[in-house]
Amino acid sequence: MLQLDRLTITQGDFRLAADWSAPAGSRIAVMGPSGAGKSTLLSVISGFFPQTSGRVLWQGQDLSPIPPGERPVTILFQDQNLFPHLTVAQNLGLGFRPDLRLTAADNARIEEALRRVGLEGLGPRRPAQLSGGQASRAALARALLRARPILLLDEPFAALGPALRGEMLGLVREVADETGALVLMVTHDPQDALALGGETAFVAEAVVHPPVSTAELLANPPPGVRDYLGNK
Amino acid sequence: MQKHLLAAGLLTLALPAMAETPVLTVLTYDSFTSEWGPGPAVEKAFEETCACDLRFVPAGDGAALLARIQLEGAASDADVVLGLDTSLTGAASATQLFAPHGKNPALNLPVDYADPLFLPFDWGWFAFVYDKTKVTEPPKSFEALAASDLKIVIQDPRSSTPGLGLLLWVKAAYGDRAGEVWKALSDNIVTVTPGWSEAYGLFLEGEADMVLSYTTSPAYHLIAESDDSKAAALFDEGHYMQIEVAGKLAATDQPELADKFLDFTLTDAFQSALPQTNWMYPAVTPASGLPEGFDSFRPAKSLLMTPEEAQAARDPALAEWQAALAR
Amino acid sequence: MASRARPLTLAAPALAALLLALVAAPLAAVGWRGAGLSLGPADWAAVRFSVTQAILSAVFSTLLAIPVARALARRRFTGRTALITLMGAPFLLPAVVAVLGLLAVFGRSGLLNQLLIALGLPPISIYGLHGVVLAHIFLNLPLATRMILQAWLALPSERIRLAQSLGFGPGETFRHLERPMLREVLPGVALVILVICLTSFAVVITLGGGPSATTIELAIYQAVRFEFDLGKAAALAGVQLALGTGAALAAWFLTRPAGFGAGLDRELRLTAFGGWRLWGDAVALTAAGLFLALPLAAVLLRGVPGLADLPASVLPAAGRSILVALASALLTTTTALTLALAAARRSRPLIEAAATLPLATSGLVLGTGLFLLIQPLAPPTTLALPVTILVNVALSLPYLYRILLPETRALHEDYGRLADSLSLQGWPRLRWLVLPRLARPLGFGAGIAAALSMGDLGVIALFAGEHQATLPLVVSQLTGAYRMEAAASAALILVTLSFALFWAFDAGGRRAAA
Repeated sequence: MLQLDRLTITQGDFRLAADWSAPAGSRIAVMGPSGAGKSTLLSVISGFFPQTSGRVLWQGQDLSPIPPGERPVTILFQDQNLFPHLTVAQNLGLGFRPDLRLTAADNARIEEALRRVGLEGLGPRRPAQLSGGQASRAALARALLRARPILLLDEPFAALGPALRGEMLGLVREVADETGALVLMVTHDPQDALALGGETAFVAEAVVHPPVSTAELLANPPPGVRDYLGNK
Repeated sequence: MQKHLLAAGLLTLALPAMAETPVLTVLTYDSFTSEWGPGPAVEKAFEETCACDLRFVPAGDGAALLARIQLEGAASDADVVLGLDTSLTGAASATQLFAPHGKNPALNLPVDYADPLFLPFDWGWFAFVYDKTKVTEPPKSFEALAASDLKIVIQDPRSSTPGLGLLLWVKAAYGDRAGEVWKALSDNIVTVTPGWSEAYGLFLEGEADMVLSYTTSPAYHLIAESDDSKAAALFDEGHYMQIEVAGKLAATDQPELADKFLDFTLTDAFQSALPQTNWMYPAVTPASGLPEGFDSFRPAKSLLMTPEEAQAARDPALAEWQAALAR
Repeated sequence: MASRARPLTLAAPALAALLLALVAAPLAAVGWRGAGLSLGPADWAAVRFSVTQAILSAVFSTLLAIPVARALARRRFTGRTALITLMGAPFLLPAVVAVLGLLAVFGRSGLLNQLLIALGLPPISIYGLHGVVLAHIFLNLPLATRMILQAWLALPSERIRLAQSLGFGPGETFRHLERPMLREVLPGVALVILVICLTSFAVVITLGGGPSATTIELAIYQAVRFEFDLGKAAALAGVQLALGTGAALAAWFLTRPAGFGAGLDRELRLTAFGGWRLWGDAVALTAAGLFLALPLAAVLLRGVPGLADLPASVLPAAGRSILVALASALLTTTTALTLALAAARRSRPLIEAAATLPLATSGLVLGTGLFLLIQPLAPPTTLALPVTILVNVALSLPYLYRILLPETRALHEDYGRLADSLSLQGWPRLRWLVLPRLARPLGFGAGIAAALSMGDLGVIALFAGEHQATLPLVVSQLTGAYRMEAAASAALILVTLSFALFWAFDAGGRRAAA
């Protein structure tokens, strides 16, 4: 279970509070106006930004003293998810062997992960030789290999077209199914939230509201959400 | 920093060598110890007679030598200092780090010189050196030089002993008029270099018509390069001298060996090595005589201040020089 | 930050403290031995002249480097790589050799004056403040160009692509891409040059033309050598250090991060605008090339005739110099990288100070102070080479730090979070992220460190024993014994070796990055 225990984040004028929990394996879209603090929430959970007070707990353990890479978390950023000077295979290898001493079995795992995301045989390429969609797939393949119980997605597919985004969300679901991960995905698009299937935590007026069923939220939006959605 | 550790390690490595033969440490200037300087020949000759190990420690130029002795103080490993010159002996005496040599040898110097602490080993006259093919009528005095269009390059008296020598030369020759002479010379001076080698280099590159050097400089070109085009201009005012001396340090742990070495500096074995390595006049003319070219430019008159005079004259002369050359 | 302390972040403050101690302890030792710190009017005049010539040299070197770096960044032509490599050479010349090279072109009987006389024009004189500045430009323009070029080439291709897609002309490209980049890099470049020139000595006196061209370093030299006034020497060194610190602070305040973000390493060149700009670039490159190459050619021509009969001691001296250079390069690069990586995470005044102050240190005071400190422990001659290496590390570190810092910053901003999220720490982070991403600046920096150490003779002169001379010391001994031709040849060997070391490291870095 992921617990955000009376969590507050303050930075200058910016404030954000969250106090709720979600069981392992949840799929949660994080939606809300620009600048509301969606990415900041993910930064705190992944350990890149310190909370002001409160705690983030996973299965009862306080994550605060744990450095980012050792948290039970995989995060996909908006961009820069791959090192440009390493091959795709090496980028995947880093997910579970930071020293890149890869055995034959490791390489087989990498190849399998690439196959799963539809990048079969592209291991030797450099990221610059991939398309945007392929780069996102590679990053997801690494998440698959890491198999951490929490998967954070900070709008990694924002630059992709609707069809491609749909494919990626399908892939995310597959990865989540396979690893049993709890997914927190920042998005602007209600359709993406729906496609993720599950709940939505709406961020507004300095509060991350507890997740509620996405379908219900969209069918019956409260006033703040209605404003955000516009005439839909 | 692992400096201390390293020092200790190196020290233990150096220890065994110290035990057997006595070591005489002579602090001297770089060019004395170099492969082409007198050092190697001198070392060999002395070690044949002394049953000791003669070690030269190079310490930059003459001025650096004095600074080095003052830095080391009584803790110095050195037994003898070789290569101070007459513009520095005043300050060197004042350090009280030197012991009297107690000798009164006969010397071939154009002036009377006796110092209880320092023993001359070679000497020379400062002079402006020029190229005979380019300067056909060399000036015969500072005033004539100042009146000419000739371009000269000199050394900075604040960083070089020849530069300081020139300062004292003008002072010794002109006294209170020295400032005037410098003013008159200022438009002849192309530039002032930090040391002798830069000045001489600029002269050889054709940057100046004349350079402050020694009357024996042309002999180098004659002997080493078979080039007789260089000459030294002889000035009627007389030429200031530089006498290079050796002295025994009071704190030496080898006083007898040091005395023996000081005696050795005036023997033929040492003196005959000097002319064609140091390009200076030996303090005692060797039996074999002087090499070719050493008699070509002999000034009629020699100038030299006593160490006390030189020390007293230095600061005011420097101020005069700076004021006259400030543009 | 929720990240734990790592060995690297602990090592950096320790190294910085050691460096500061290496600068401060000798100064304190010299001051301690001196009697009172007092400066007279002549000393303050020296301070004023030092500052004036250093500012002029820094401003002109930096400004003139901009068009040259831009031309190199946006044009491709045969010989471009050679020209960039040539840029390393003047910086590596011992001052006296560089002066003689310059005089062959700008001196009284130099090329330029011969040309002027042939054209019936009055000859010009290089001696004076303008000559000092000219020599400093010759020595530092290449360094400035290389540092600025590095920044130009580091503009992410995505940003360039954006600019090209928006149809940016030269004006817009300058305003939106080049100006922010220059804003970030120029203060640091100017600072480094200013501080180098502040401590310049032989160039200033030789070309200064008279006693009014007196620098702080000459006043220190005089105080140590002729007056043995260690108090004054320490006071002057303190003033020099304070000026260096002031310059570093100013640069620190003036530097604005450009914030371009990361790219994907796609090769993309800036638009090579045509028209008069093409001609402008051609003129900038030709002028800079000639300005740098002619004096170098003179050094070469002067050195060749004497090569055949060089004294035997040149060979072992060259060996010692190479050894010192390699050891210094390795130590300096490691130290600078450690400091720059630590400073990339957040601004650290301690590291900044430790990486800048050695530049403003008087070599003579540093050597004298170390001598005073070491003498009670061991005969200084036994430590000549280790001390030389140590001092070389301290003196060349600031250059490497300046070269590496923007790169480590960019690395941290672009890939720090990704690496942290993957637990890429310690050796694997160095092996798979830092070294491959920074290979180019590391190679360049190591080359500079090696070559600088090759040419340095600041300290060895005080410590060297009978058979410990390095190549620069042999050159200076040869010139002190009339043997100008042999000295020119030994200097040529010195320059060639420095350059070869520089080239090997630089090219190695570029190859590793490719």
